[in-house]
Amino acid sequence: MAMNRIEELFKNKEGNILSIYFTAGFPSLNDTMGIMEAIEEAGADIIEIGIPYSDPVADGPTIQESNTVALNNGMTLKILFSQLAELRGKLKIPVILMGYLNPIVQYGMEEFCKKCEEVGVDGLIVPDLPMKQYLESYKGLFETYNLRNTFLISPQTSPDRIREIDRETDGFIYMVSSASITGAKKDVTPEQIAYFERVGDMGLKNPRLIGFGISDKASFSTAAKHAQGAIIGSAFINVLREAKELKKEINTFIKSIKA
Amino acid sequence: MIKIDENGFYGDFGGAYIPEMLYPNIEELKENYEQIMASESFKTEFDSLLKDYVGRPTPLFHAQRLSEKYGVKIYLKREDLCHTGAHKINNTVGQIILAKRLNKKRIIAETGAGQHGVATATVCALMGMECTVYMGAVDMERQKPNVERMRILGATVVPANSGSKTLKDATNEAMRQWINNPVDTHYIIGSVVGPHPYPEMVARFQSVISAEIKAQLLEKEGRDSPDIVIACVGGGSNAAGAFYHYYNDEKVRLVAVEAAGLGVTSGKSAATTQLGKPGILHGSKTLLMQTEDGQVVEPHSISAGLDYPGIGPVHAHLFASGRGEFLAVEDEDAMIAGIELSRLEGIIPAIESAHALSALNQLKYKASDIIVINLSGRGDKDLETYIKWGNY
Repeated sequence: MAMNRIEELFKNKEGNILSIYFTAGFPSLNDTMGIMEAIEEAGADIIEIGIPYSDPVADGPTIQESNTVALNNGMTLKILFSQLAELRGKLKIPVILMGYLNPIVQYGMEEFCKKCEEVGVDGLIVPDLPMKQYLESYKGLFETYNLRNTFLISPQTSPDRIREIDRETDGFIYMVSSASITGAKKDVTPEQIAYFERVGDMGLKNPRLIGFGISDKASFSTAAKHAQGAIIGSAFINVLREAKELKKEINTFIKSIKA
Repeated sequence: MIKIDENGFYGDFGGAYIPEMLYPNIEELKENYEQIMASESFKTEFDSLLKDYVGRPTPLFHAQRLSEKYGVKIYLKREDLCHTGAHKINNTVGQIILAKRLNKKRIIAETGAGQHGVATATVCALMGMECTVYMGAVDMERQKPNVERMRILGATVVPANSGSKTLKDATNEAMRQWINNPVDTHYIIGSVVGPHPYPEMVARFQSVISAEIKAQLLEKEGRDSPDIVIACVGGGSNAAGAFYHYYNDEKVRLVAVEAAGLGVTSGKSAATTQLGKPGILHGSKTLLMQTEDGQVVEPHSISAGLDYPGIGPVHAHLFASGRGEFLAVEDEDAMIAGIELSRLEGIIPAIESAHALSALNQLKYKASDIIVINLSGRGDKDLETYIKWGNY
């Protein structure tokens, strides 16, 4: 496979990697470009764009609501691809699409992968795509279109399963920080630290980013001590929802995490 | 041949499309449920509770005046006489015993009209287990008596405020709470939907319905299979139970009746096989009402129990393979059939079951046929809807 931006990032930067998630079409249909530019300018390392879905079962209230708003704004995969086609050339940062399987399957998996490559998407996270199905039906497609696939692990994932996931993941592994949906805001517990360390000691080939419940500088720093970095989603959506001046407030938020 | 494969597929439908966070839960269930269900001690406990607590076997009643009206011999399988008023409890009794054997401490469930929620709250009270039921905020408003029944039984009822605030969203919320509590909690799904092994497991708990029909029909008619079995389908658990032992008996016509709502083409319908196409919801690939962008469409039916945008994967397969016949009955026709049964036989049916009864008007049959209609629930919970409709 050809090199892609996700691999380059992890090659050039060993830690403190910050990935920022937002839902496409939120708060307004045409905010995609402005948000992506602001994220890159503020110095985040990866942009993760959520494809809105009517039934996001792994997401908490904040991201659910952003999905509903985005769908009411009329966001679709077709519109998202056309937005990305216009702006991708202007950005250097790796871009990942995160979405549930049904809208992708209805779009057509091959057409979807092809389009992702065309508009400069580097990787995918599809939480309800089972690994077995991926291996049997889609792995070849992902490779053809130079897309890295990220699987999730949680504190309940067995060591054998983590090894299997590590074998079949390329790019990075998404470590769900606790048994939770997105946006659960808790302090990092000793049990979580033990889980981060247990996985850290496994000598996996893939780098790891920690997500779910990472919301501010303190939780980001803790996560970054135990993995290559972390993903912030719900807390960023809250910033977008409240923002009067999007670019400025995105900049302030991301700088506050990295400070 | 209707058979589930090792990956949980019936033909093209089924599987386990779940976030990785639920993988250990689903694996635990998959690896243990068959063995537990096959054990003698499980069977003894399950059978004894079905008999002494649920009140099984439920009668197979020859509905003479209804038969005269339609010029064919009609039997009603009286699931409406089960404890709590519907077939739902067959499954909750099975799953609560299973949950105990898996050392689970808490139960969660989703509910639409509240029947499955009540059946779950009931068995949790029986077993002394903590119970939380997720219910769409809209459904909580329109099914108040069932909300209070659950609370009287000691369950906590939590409103699902996302999306359309109905059954689909209650199911999403229950899955989220399972992700949040993966170790000590068992999720009792109420229909033949969800990730493998739920659809097959629930069907097996409900299969007692067709097992009894076989024995009762043999006694009454000297043959163990009718010509036609009719059942309503939302997710499809009562139909799966009524069809189960006849899946591979090709002589028996299996008629599944969906809710057409205000009409299949009205935009206010729940006739999934007519309006849906293959898609993925709540962990399985099935027929699904959705937009061309793959967003799930809100269904409509006067009967809350049929108000679901998908259908169990086994039913999607029955439809796609041609083994099942699928009909759709509109709100108005179901209400008329409900009143008709009340007047002819002195049985007020649940509006879900009234859909199955109304299918008699659409179905082609011979005068010599024997028809079994699964009367899945009683109409007490629907009195307000009957009164509002008023045409009696």
